[in-house]
Amino acid sequence: MKAIVTVMLKDGVLDPQGKAIGHALNNLGFAQVGDVRAGKIIELTLSETDPVAAKVAAEDMAQKLLANMVIESFKVEISA
Amino acid sequence: MLATGILLFPGINRERDMAIAVEQSFGRAPRVIWHKETDLSGLDLIIIPGGFSFGDYLRCGAMAAQSPVMQAVKTHAARGGYVLGVCNGFQILTESGLLPGALLRNAGLRFLSMDTTLSVERNDTIFTSHYQKGQVFRAPMAHGDGNYTADPATLDRLEGEGLVAFRYADENRNGSARAIAGIYSPNHRILGLMPHPEDLVDPLMGGTDGKPLFDSLAAA
Repeated sequence: MKAIVTVMLKDGVLDPQGKAIGHALNNLGFAQVGDVRAGKIIELTLSETDPVAAKVAAEDMAQKLLANMVIESFKVEISA
Repeated sequence: MLATGILLFPGINRERDMAIAVEQSFGRAPRVIWHKETDLSGLDLIIIPGGFSFGDYLRCGAMAAQSPVMQAVKTHAARGGYVLGVCNGFQILTESGLLPGALLRNAGLRFLSMDTTLSVERNDTIFTSHYQKGQVFRAPMAHGDGNYTADPATLDRLEGEGLVAFRYADENRNGSARAIAGIYSPNHRILGLMPHPEDLVDPLMGGTDGKPLFDSLAAA
């Protein structure tokens, strides 16, 4: 069972990487690009077979290590 | 004299500079402590130097914060022990929850390797007694993630309770909230800062602006 943890900077936290990506896209001619936010995806392969337990475990991992709750938020998706 | 240990994680690269600065002021070499050690008994001051612990994977300091020795540092801090974290050491302290806030990517995205100037917010702590209050001194910085941030309530508390140790005096190049370069724990026994006072402690290094910090600790 896989848990996919998406970690993003919280709204309101300056994201200089997102800004730089946005500028580069504008320079490439993608004038329609406004705000850009960059985050990271962490894929976990778990021995767990119960999706509910897998989600609980992945959320615990996210809070303890994968995300820094001072500046980041996360979401967990479980797939088979 | 404070019995001093310097923590060493894989990827840390400033431990020798720090040991030189400590030995010069203290007259005694610090103990170097590998990250898997857990016995800090007999030590008064734990120093976490700069570098790129565990390759800065995930977030700067995130991996080191989970290492066995950091559990021992938390115990050391809880019993009133002194802790100094510089650069990656500061990041490890925030990731461990020993100091509030976080260090984000520099606002201008560039790695900053240059001298900066710091103002001393208070000189009645064990770390700053050999500076004057308000004194501005030169300190080299070398970091990609030194942009200090915390929620507004935490920033207000840090300022209101006198927990800001140093601010960037001339230019706030990394974009830190309220130009904060270093902060204390509420008991003023834990100090974290981004710039490197240990790299200006001898005329051969180009100056001695950082030496009063180590002389302050040596006089404790």
